[in-house]
Amino acid sequence: MALLNVTSPHAHGPLSTASVMQLVLLATLPGIAALVWVFGAGVLINLAIAALVALASEAAILSLRGRQVTFHLKDYSALVTAVLLAIALPPYTPWWVVAIGASFAIVVAKQLYGGLGYNPFNPAMAAYVILLISLPVQMTQWGAPYSAQPMGIADALASNVLGRVDALTSATPLDALKLGVGDPSAIFGRLGGYGWEWVNAAFLIGGLFLLARGIFTWHAPISMLLALATMAFVFPHESQGRVDSMLFHLFSGASMFGAFFIITDPVSSATTPRGKVIFGAAIGVLIYAIRHWGNYPDAVAFAVMLLNLAAPFIDQYTQPRTYGHGGVR
Amino acid sequence: MNSRVFSIPGGVHPPENKRQSLQRPIEFAGIPEQLVIPLSMHIGVPAKPLVTIGDRVLKGQRIATCNGLVSAPLHAPTSGQVTAIEDRPIAHSSGLTAPCIVIDTDGSDTWCERIPMSDWASREPSDIIERIRQAGIAGMGGAGFPSAVKLATDKPIDTLVLNGVECEPYITADQIVMTERADQIMAGIAILQYLLKPQQVLLGIEDNKPEAIAALRAVAPTDVKIVVVPTKYPSGGEKQLIQLLTGREVPSGGLPADVGVICLNIATTIAIHRAIELGEPLISRITTLTGEAFAKPGNVEVLLGTPVTHLLAHGECHDNLVSRLIMGGPMMGFTLADRHVPIVKTSNCILAPTRAELPPPPPAQACIRCGICAEACPASLLPQQLYWFSRAGEHDKLQQHHLFDCIECGACSYSCPSNIPLVQYYRAAKAEIRQAEADARKAEHAKQRFEARQARLQRLEEEKAAQRAARAEAAKKRAEETAVVTAQAATSDPIQAAIERAKAKREGQTSIEANSSVDQVAKLEKRLTAAKIKLASAESAGSDKVPQLQEAVDKLSQQLAEAKANPDAAKAAAMADPVQAAIARAQAKRAGTAEPSNPTDEIAKLEKRLATAKEKLAMAVDSAPDKLAAFQAGVDKLEEKLAAAKAEAGVS
Repeated sequence: MALLNVTSPHAHGPLSTASVMQLVLLATLPGIAALVWVFGAGVLINLAIAALVALASEAAILSLRGRQVTFHLKDYSALVTAVLLAIALPPYTPWWVVAIGASFAIVVAKQLYGGLGYNPFNPAMAAYVILLISLPVQMTQWGAPYSAQPMGIADALASNVLGRVDALTSATPLDALKLGVGDPSAIFGRLGGYGWEWVNAAFLIGGLFLLARGIFTWHAPISMLLALATMAFVFPHESQGRVDSMLFHLFSGASMFGAFFIITDPVSSATTPRGKVIFGAAIGVLIYAIRHWGNYPDAVAFAVMLLNLAAPFIDQYTQPRTYGHGGVR
Repeated sequence: MNSRVFSIPGGVHPPENKRQSLQRPIEFAGIPEQLVIPLSMHIGVPAKPLVTIGDRVLKGQRIATCNGLVSAPLHAPTSGQVTAIEDRPIAHSSGLTAPCIVIDTDGSDTWCERIPMSDWASREPSDIIERIRQAGIAGMGGAGFPSAVKLATDKPIDTLVLNGVECEPYITADQIVMTERADQIMAGIAILQYLLKPQQVLLGIEDNKPEAIAALRAVAPTDVKIVVVPTKYPSGGEKQLIQLLTGREVPSGGLPADVGVICLNIATTIAIHRAIELGEPLISRITTLTGEAFAKPGNVEVLLGTPVTHLLAHGECHDNLVSRLIMGGPMMGFTLADRHVPIVKTSNCILAPTRAELPPPPPAQACIRCGICAEACPASLLPQQLYWFSRAGEHDKLQQHHLFDCIECGACSYSCPSNIPLVQYYRAAKAEIRQAEADARKAEHAKQRFEARQARLQRLEEEKAAQRAARAEAAKKRAEETAVVTAQAATSDPIQAAIERAKAKREGQTSIEANSSVDQVAKLEKRLTAAKIKLASAESAGSDKVPQLQEAVDKLSQQLAEAKANPDAAKAAAMADPVQAAIARAQAKRAGTAEPSNPTDEIAKLEKRLATAKEKLAMAVDSAPDKLAAFQAGVDKLEEKLAAAKAEAGVS
């Protein structure tokens, strides 16, 4: 038998890109379940459409680029992008909005930059921002929490695909707080934003699972949450106490989802340990700044994209100290 | 009591797979029919052979000697006959061949005389180090650095670190040695303590080797601390172990001695013990035979130079099951292209895995910058950044990110979810940078040589220019002086001027000649010789000037004789009759003149002579009135000649 002549190491660890992506998908399940619980089944329709369009776009571009389609599809990265986008969109977004978003995320934000590993922006967030700016009406159709609870798959299909908007839409707690409208009991729940607190708690659980599995390090998510909480504590809304303000911002909007599923995207974030701390903290500060002083009710997507741009710069100046270079004896 | 264990960054936990080769005690692998001993089994200069083909050698006999300071000698691992000294394939990742001494063994295994240094405790450390050097001991943990060079450090050493970590999966050579031969390790450590006088001796061992820990603790003296470290790859890297045990970091590009540490593998300490206390050079080592293709995995004591095929047979390796043959472990070992390569001082393991055990590497996927590699890196590098820079060929960035501090442990490649062969990229990039630096040095050298040449040529050019300028200046000055003289001559009485010049000249002559009559004689002799030569050449050429020359020669001879007989008289005569002498000289000169090569030259010469003659005539007016007519006749004659020459050259 001919001897294989390869270089060391000969052993390989158990992780593969596909297994990393599968774990991320698994970790989104509690959050998705909470979204269904609070807002109805709409998110499931979003997920299906986004996944379909994303995979089809990925396959089309890969074949146009002359790459092995199945080999690359099997890395699950397109599916992860689709799932993250679908989760970020309002549950009762018209199907074509989801389709535009998913195809933009894959074709423009990912493949046109060179495909997996080369995209400077988080594809899901880039698509979200494009949709939010281009289609502000459709993108703010959040249902009132629990009002759509009886809404099943059939109703969701009718709403999202056939365009029959039966769901009651209302301002999100972040919106309501900013505009000072609505019944305070519909704004504040037990922990944070009414209804949203449970969605955030579910994403926190999923995120802690990934952290425990070593898919990402604590640096970016914890820094982001700490920075956000600190900002909320230092600059609370006039109607809130400082601690309430902290909890409200941590458990409203896309805080936990962003902290554990968006800013931990390895491709578009900083990679050095100190860099991740700076990256996360800056996003936390920006999220609060935009939420509190800006024009948009939520700000995760904007903050993440701004810091995506800064990531290579941050990496450049946060190189860890290499062994043997001026260490303490 | 356990000593403090510091933490090290990074690291991975690959499956240990140590159990397979620990099922049986150390066995002797036997004497193969032929041993192939590479001249270079260590880092440094290859050894120089001391034997020739046909020589009979005894076990332990030195067959090659150190070649320079960082080198190690070789010894015959058993008795036999040298049958070849030639290039053979060696254990090297590139499948190179290298010079080897080939010994056909005789099976008798007869030792040469062994001289133990049993009184080492009263010897000079330098004697002991020399013995270690002569025993050919090189680091047996992997790199093969000559131990004597390490021990001969002049830096202050406070800590001796013994490496019994053996973090590489599969390999158990050190582990079994620590279990079975702990006493020999301690014996070696005692010698090292005497040599280095360290304040502390720390033996690092991973916590996955409880039997070895127990065996070591049973025999360790109180001043040798057995430090149990957590199992993590690559804790056994020299730099990593030093950091684990002392918290110190070996500076980049430096040596452990720079931080007061010397680190040796435990197998090396046994080799030192044997060399000093038994007088046995390093001729064998313990090698692990493992991997699923071996039916009888285990550890063997193997003579250096034993072909790998011999060990495969010993371990009953199923040849058709082997997917790749690795010398070393699965993390840092290299594949062998040839099964016949010999075991060397650093060969700690032969790993023969099946395809299922170590499958071929899957195709690499895109780097997603997940940073898992950075978490695995024990040197706190950023492997993913190094990967991008390597691919882009950005050498500056690579250096800025400390590529050369990579120890190539493979932890990054091992953990990469995209199966990117990161270490291979770094090896290639390092080679490229080294090549580029060599090229740059060469180019710089060439540039310096070119610039030196240019400078030299320019200097020569400038010197020439300066000389030309000086000559031009001098010529100008002369021209001016002449002009002044002419002007003076034009304004005053020319004859008067001539008289003055002649006076000045004669006074000068007088003073010179007065200095030494010997000079006068020498001058006359010289002139006589010249005149004789002229005469001879005129005679041979059949010239009509012969009589005149003869006359001049006679005259000079006479003068010379007079000068010799009576220097003062000669001087007086010479002074008294300058005109005569001048005539004689002029005649001799004229007669000796070669045929003119061209009329213009001839005219110029005649003009010059005419000028001289006129001058002399002017002088004669005062100094020798009786010769005035003769001078006048000469001048007339020259004028005639000149006119003739001019007519001949067609110049009016």
